[in-house]
Amino acid sequence: MVETKYNNNVLTAYLSGEIDHDSAAQIRVRVDGMAQELKPRLLCLDFGGVSFMDSSGVGLVMGRFRQMKLLGGRLRVQNYSDSLYRIFAMSGLEGLGVLQ
Amino acid sequence: MKILNEMKLSFPSKSCNEAFARSAVSAFIMHLDPTVNELSDLKTAVSEAVTNCIVHGYRRQSGTVYISGRITEGGRVTVKIRDKGCGIADVAQAMQPLFTTAPEEERAGLGFAVMQSFCDKVRVKSAAGKGTTVTLEKQIGGDD
Repeated sequence: MVETKYNNNVLTAYLSGEIDHDSAAQIRVRVDGMAQELKPRLLCLDFGGVSFMDSSGVGLVMGRFRQMKLLGGRLRVQNYSDSLYRIFAMSGLEGLGVLQ
Repeated sequence: MKILNEMKLSFPSKSCNEAFARSAVSAFIMHLDPTVNELSDLKTAVSEAVTNCIVHGYRRQSGTVYISGRITEGGRVTVKIRDKGCGIADVAQAMQPLFTTAPEEERAGLGFAVMQSFCDKVRVKSAAGKGTTVTLEKQIGGDD
């Protein structure tokens, strides 16, 4: 569901499977725990392995955006499919400048 | 309109059942040979509606979520998702994009917007204290 890699002050979380309200809560705990400990300059959320996502994924991204701001770092969202982008686009997430 | 198939299910309002609910609905419509997008649209809309029952309707208290599905001639799919939870005082406000009563849960306020965007028709019936019924309609395949 989430695998992490830390390299050069960049924390990358490789998300996989289905992201809904249930799994987003688990991802949030895991990623926030690591980010608080490592205080990376950049957090990358990699959606390459995600087969399904509802609007809980938007909440997940917005929450991590705020979290990284508090920690003085940045957020990047990468490797999302077109169907995930449709949901991101509905949220005005593009305005945050985190979608790559 | 002739009913070709129907189903009913109910389950406790546990968040692990969100995946069960959308998988069950997608299995129900599978014989209509939906496209990848049609399937993913309906799964997403069902996931949003069921999450609303769990997070908002029952506010994390235990309750039962009821789903009924119907397929009518021409590949018209109707899915009703119902809870007997707190209900919505102002449905029009709840359906506004980005409106949420659960920001601490990181809800983006997009549930109804996603349902409306991914289904042909969305109806919401709600009474404060009595619960909410969301009816999703989606055409699978061509019109005939």
